Amino acid sequence: MGGRGGGPWRWLREHAVQIVAVLVVLYMLIPIAVIFAFSFNDPAGRYNFTWVGFTLDHWSNAFGIPELNEALVTSLKLAVLATLISTVIGTLMAMALVRYEFFGRRAANFLIVIPMATPEIVMGSALLSFFLLIGTFSLGFETLLIAHVMFCISFVVVVVRSRLIGFDRNLEEAAKDLGASPFQTFRLVTLPLIMPGIFGGAMLAFALSIDDFVISNFNSGTTVTFPLYIFGAAQRGIPVEVNVIAMILFFFTCAAMGFATWQQRRAEKLTSVRPEQEVGVGAGVPAGAPAAT
Amino acid sequence: MRRRVVPYFLLGPGAAWLLLFFVVPLYYLFELSLNSGVFGSYEFSWHWANYNDALSLYDTQFVRSFKYAGLATVFALLLAYPLAYTIAFKAGRWRNVLLFAVVAPFFTTYLIRTLAWETILSDQSPVVSVLDAVGLAPEGRALATGGAVVAGLTYNFLPFMVLPIYASLERIDVRLIEAGKDLYASASQTFFRVTLPLSAPGVVAGTLLTFIPASGDYVNAQFLGSASNQMIGNVIQSLYLKQSDYPAAAALSFVLMAAILILVLIYIRFAGSEALMGEEAV
Repeated sequence: MGGRGGGPWRWLREHAVQIVAVLVVLYMLIPIAVIFAFSFNDPAGRYNFTWVGFTLDHWSNAFGIPELNEALVTSLKLAVLATLISTVIGTLMAMALVRYEFFGRRAANFLIVIPMATPEIVMGSALLSFFLLIGTFSLGFETLLIAHVMFCISFVVVVVRSRLIGFDRNLEEAAKDLGASPFQTFRLVTLPLIMPGIFGGAMLAFALSIDDFVISNFNSGTTVTFPLYIFGAAQRGIPVEVNVIAMILFFFTCAAMGFATWQQRRAEKLTSVRPEQEVGVGAGVPAGAPAAT
Repeated sequence: MRRRVVPYFLLGPGAAWLLLFFVVPLYYLFELSLNSGVFGSYEFSWHWANYNDALSLYDTQFVRSFKYAGLATVFALLLAYPLAYTIAFKAGRWRNVLLFAVVAPFFTTYLIRTLAWETILSDQSPVVSVLDAVGLAPEGRALATGGAVVAGLTYNFLPFMVLPIYASLERIDVRLIEAGKDLYASASQTFFRVTLPLSAPGVVAGTLLTFIPASGDYVNAQFLGSASNQMIGNVIQSLYLKQSDYPAAAALSFVLMAAILILVLIYIRFAGSEALMGEEAV
């Protein structure tokens, strides 16, 4: 693609934005490449900072460090529980906010936005102060779970709500007209249609929980999660297996993400089975245009 | 028409959780900040002096936190906008690939990503020789400098800047941009008078989502900085978890929240509130 008449300078000028964008993408991906590369490193000392030589030892020994495994299992358990609880609670909240007009709606919205606009360190230290002063909870898995559900709820609500807003209520009306009970309508029409939103919210909650360091750092007591293990190990040199597990988690998340996208496409196909073309499309909206904005 | 209680019933569990474990703890944070005494026998005594002491001892870290967070926000904006613009208007079938690249860092643990920067910026790294050659790494060192901390913060919060800007750019009606061109505006005039103002909500949301977490962060300063790059987060963490000086730590934490709240309110006053409350306006 040489520049027509203007030479390479002209081409550069016309594509400057894209070139910057590609450089930014590289900047975002380089650390991941480094983590991946150094999972094959064979470091001389305890510090995995300089490249020494290629080895597969750490991949075959991925789960060979007991404390690391324990931390990983704790993190997974915590993330699964926090995801389940926050997804159920958050979905209910999103339904209330989108479908009903009620007194206190603005206050509820505010209550959901404000934790997202609060630095983690403030939330972490406030919760620690709370646990210290009331004294009924001993710091550990229990307090971690409370904290993780707390910071996941808002994100679940935001994701599920955006899905509910684009929801075509006519589909529910149609189900009712065809004799479905409210529960059947919910189970067979509403739920499948908002499922990608719920799944997206759940995935976000899981990712936030398993990656959380700051709030956990304050409220973990002696319980060690995967990020807390890394933080503790950072001082004395991080085992290469941490890189291996990080990459396993990375590929696993990519797969989940692919699945979510596929599900979303399916749901979009389901909603597009409406006879849109015949109903008042006179305004010039192309038939294939996405329904939701 | 509908039963009045249904929404409250749906809202109940979540609202209770947020009230009990977010709002109430803030009150306890405030209470703890007014305690006095020594470790083991802290007592509530309206000890306002904690605020005075904490602020006069740690004012440099406070100022530094806002400076680093502010710089990281500006750099993130400069990097994010071209990327978001490309994804929204120029990417074509590469759009999903680029969006994936933006969120991919989230799939690896925050701490490991930051440690990867420790590797990249370590003294033996080729990156540092290049930086040295262009005069960006004096004495061949990049690690343990303020620049490294700002770079780490910029990197870690960049996706929070890209995604809202992309979302607001993608929503722009392309016909408005075409209209600008039809009316003989140059490419840059169209951008500055049409595209940029229309993407303002995304820019506002992105800057807030970057600045707020960055100003309270202590991971980047811990791994990429030295003792002279400590941010207020490092101080709060160490007072709470190592020195058990809870009242001072609580006071600092409370001041941090208040300071951020004030900055955000001022910012929103100038930039418009749609971004923060935008979701509700839909």
